[in-house]
Amino acid sequence: MSEVILPLPTKPTALTSFKRGAREYGLLASLIVIMVFFQVATGGALMQPLNLTNLLLQNSYIVVMALGMLMVIVCGHIDLSVGSVVGVIGSIAAVLMVQYHMDFFSVTVICLLAGGLIGAAQGYWVAVWRMPSFIVTLAGMLIFRGATIAISQGQSIGPFPPAFTALSSGFIPELFDFPGLRITSLLLGAVVAALFWVVEYRSRRRTAKSGGTVAPAALFALKNGIVAALLVYFCYLLSTYRGIPTVMVIMSVLIGIYTFVMNRTVLGRWVYAVGGNLKAAKLSGINTSRVTFFAFVNMGVLAAVAGLIFVARLNSATPRGGTGFELDVIAAVFIGGASASGGVGKVVGVVIGAFIMGVLNNGMSIMGIGIDYQQMIKGAVLLAAVFVDVYQKSKG
Amino acid sequence: MNNTILDMRDIQKSFGPVKALTRVSLKVGEGEIHAICGENGAGKSTLMKILSGVYPHGSYGGEIIFDGAPRTFQNLRDSEALGICIIHQELALVPMLSVTENLFLGNEIATRGVIDWDKAHRQARELLKRVGLEVPPQTLVANLGIGQQQMVEIAKALAKNVRLLILDEPTASLNEKDSDTLLRLMLELKVRGITSIIISHKLNEIGRVADEITVIRDGSTVDVIDCRVEGIDEARVIRSMVGRELNDRYPVRVPNIGEVLFEVEGWSVGDPDHPGRDRISDIKFNVRRGEVVGIAGLMGAGRTELAMSVFGRSYGTNIRGTARIEGQVVNVSTVRKAIDLGLAYATEDRKGAGLVLGDSITHNTSMANLAAVSSRWVLNGLAETAVAMDYRSRLRIRSADVEQSVEKLSGGNQQKVVLGKWLFSDPRVLILDEPTRGIDVGAKYEIYGVVNQVVSEGRGVIMISSEMPELLGTCDRIYVMNEGRFVGEFPIAEASQEKIMQAIMKNEVIQ
Repeated sequence: MSEVILPLPTKPTALTSFKRGAREYGLLASLIVIMVFFQVATGGALMQPLNLTNLLLQNSYIVVMALGMLMVIVCGHIDLSVGSVVGVIGSIAAVLMVQYHMDFFSVTVICLLAGGLIGAAQGYWVAVWRMPSFIVTLAGMLIFRGATIAISQGQSIGPFPPAFTALSSGFIPELFDFPGLRITSLLLGAVVAALFWVVEYRSRRRTAKSGGTVAPAALFALKNGIVAALLVYFCYLLSTYRGIPTVMVIMSVLIGIYTFVMNRTVLGRWVYAVGGNLKAAKLSGINTSRVTFFAFVNMGVLAAVAGLIFVARLNSATPRGGTGFELDVIAAVFIGGASASGGVGKVVGVVIGAFIMGVLNNGMSIMGIGIDYQQMIKGAVLLAAVFVDVYQKSKG
Repeated sequence: MNNTILDMRDIQKSFGPVKALTRVSLKVGEGEIHAICGENGAGKSTLMKILSGVYPHGSYGGEIIFDGAPRTFQNLRDSEALGICIIHQELALVPMLSVTENLFLGNEIATRGVIDWDKAHRQARELLKRVGLEVPPQTLVANLGIGQQQMVEIAKALAKNVRLLILDEPTASLNEKDSDTLLRLMLELKVRGITSIIISHKLNEIGRVADEITVIRDGSTVDVIDCRVEGIDEARVIRSMVGRELNDRYPVRVPNIGEVLFEVEGWSVGDPDHPGRDRISDIKFNVRRGEVVGIAGLMGAGRTELAMSVFGRSYGTNIRGTARIEGQVVNVSTVRKAIDLGLAYATEDRKGAGLVLGDSITHNTSMANLAAVSSRWVLNGLAETAVAMDYRSRLRIRSADVEQSVEKLSGGNQQKVVLGKWLFSDPRVLILDEPTRGIDVGAKYEIYGVVNQVVSEGRGVIMISSEMPELLGTCDRIYVMNEGRFVGEFPIAEASQEKIMQAIMKNEVIQ
């Protein structure tokens, strides 16, 4: 090793750095195109502040569950039970709050624990006994749907105390008094956009310093400029109505946490390694079954969060609550670029994927398209999105 | 010699730039048993794939004359139609189907798609009788022993009216009794006029059945022995198989060997596929500081299984024996513990078990030692990139940058990423399993250089390789493994390819 000749690193071009993030830019562009399309097709109704607020509320629980589903799918598994878990958690919350008059805080804690326990119960079979997750969670889907009906005794239970429904129907408090505009919400949006810039800039500088590859400055500014501008614009739109909904805060915090966990922590790396190559992960000393188990526990907890948000929004728990959610959640993850064979998928992609589904739902409803065609169109979009991925991969 | 049934003339075959067969000729007389010998990678399997049509006509050079006429097989079906049947080392039976169903798989005894079970079972019984296998034809293949399954394969060939039966290392996974039965069956089939080709490493078996031997080396026919005339000269076969000169393809190293670093004693490992049977039996070995120890052996000897069982019980069941590091008995029951104790195992299955292919060089490099680039579970991206860049330049990994996904790298560069990953775990003992398989000569040289560097730092290296010249060129000591046991140990000064081959053929367990 004495005559080591250093290989010359080839200079990264704008093209290569663009390619690496192409998937996310492409998704974001698709979302924008779809939004523009519906904005025009609905005569501007889509971006009405009221509708925008509704869109966020309607999609919040899908986004929250998609974060957990991403982890499960990246691990190389699937969870079909989340819709039923939403139902069962909703009915537990309703029974405790409405019939037993327990306080909002204790019920939340109990429900999150119950969600974790459900996830653990399913993860046990998958991680320890290596049963196919498809089957385990299909069983879970049936079991927890049955449990939902049993707990609620087939009845809708409600209404909830206002302190609880504020979880879904509340907005962040207004500190200033300005007619027609929620200044606090707008400011919050601006602050988050600024924070986003700072974080992105610092990470770019750090990478550059250590000799890593960074996108050229112009591209970097353009990309982050668009994202920040959109963020502020949406917050402005929301501010002209009732401001930022509480749910959006919860959702954003969770998105932030999961982005960090998946990208910057050892745990996140383990998840990608386990899904990317199980054998290699094992031979690298990673406790693969523990990672898988954790992914399911985490999914259970997030499904519980979603369940609480969902019943709070409806203000009642129904025996069929959450039915079919698993399909929306899984579709969001795959549209967001995750691979069915595991190891691939990003939080940002999944969030965009969830909103693509959400905007489609919302836009088509406003246009008065029947549920029959809506389903067909959504199915086609899922198929097309995954086809684009597979096609790109096959081309190498 | 009687009539020639098969004549393969000047067969040449390349895979991209790699020449697998340069000039192989094979002449088989009708009704004889013809043995093909050669080292791993000599080109035996490639030749058989050409003969059976797996590599279609046009993808190779040369001519195949079978039964008096030139043949241009496009696929397996073409060759089978003429009665050429190949039985691979890995049996191609469907375990959860019955013997009858397997025998007639693809040629079901049926009228208009409806199977005539009575007739099928009757014919199956007939075929089983011919191979001397006494099991009901309704038995599930999964419930048969490996030797019996081999018989079913042969019966399946008989069902297709086989004229030329090719057996690729048929006895490799059989015990002595089953091997004996199989060899006797071959002789019986010969009496009935069926020609056989047997590929085997076991000279004593070849001696028992073969009428002629063709020796292949480096893609060429190097020797043809007519045993009926000349008898079996084992030394001549071995010499022909390995007879190749060592040249300076190995960087020079002055050994500086210290005390024993790692040792294993009484190491036995159960076979997970065959409960109750041991895959590894009572093995004892050690590696010293600054020493490169080689483990030679044929494919399937159990070298990988041994290494993986030591490395956190990654292979096997019911593992017994003691492992010591610097004299202390250690617990290597999980991969994490093994890594923390200073063991590292670079797998032979680079793509399948060594790398996360879709991930970057950086992430692959840090994978086995994330603790060193994180604090309180949070990764330090800076440190991680720095580490990857360091190993990239030290190992001369050719890539655009460290963010490049390893999928796009050449085999040699991928192997270097695997090495980088394990060097970063700072091991005391580095186990390399086929570290240069499938990579070019230049990259090989660089990897030998890394090995030298590693031992000069006072670490120990265990090198598993099927390429004997490589072991002879890089090791200080060589163990020879066969059928799950160590059958030879040579200091490098005493080692030679002939001696290693002899140890394998003799198969005498060392103490």
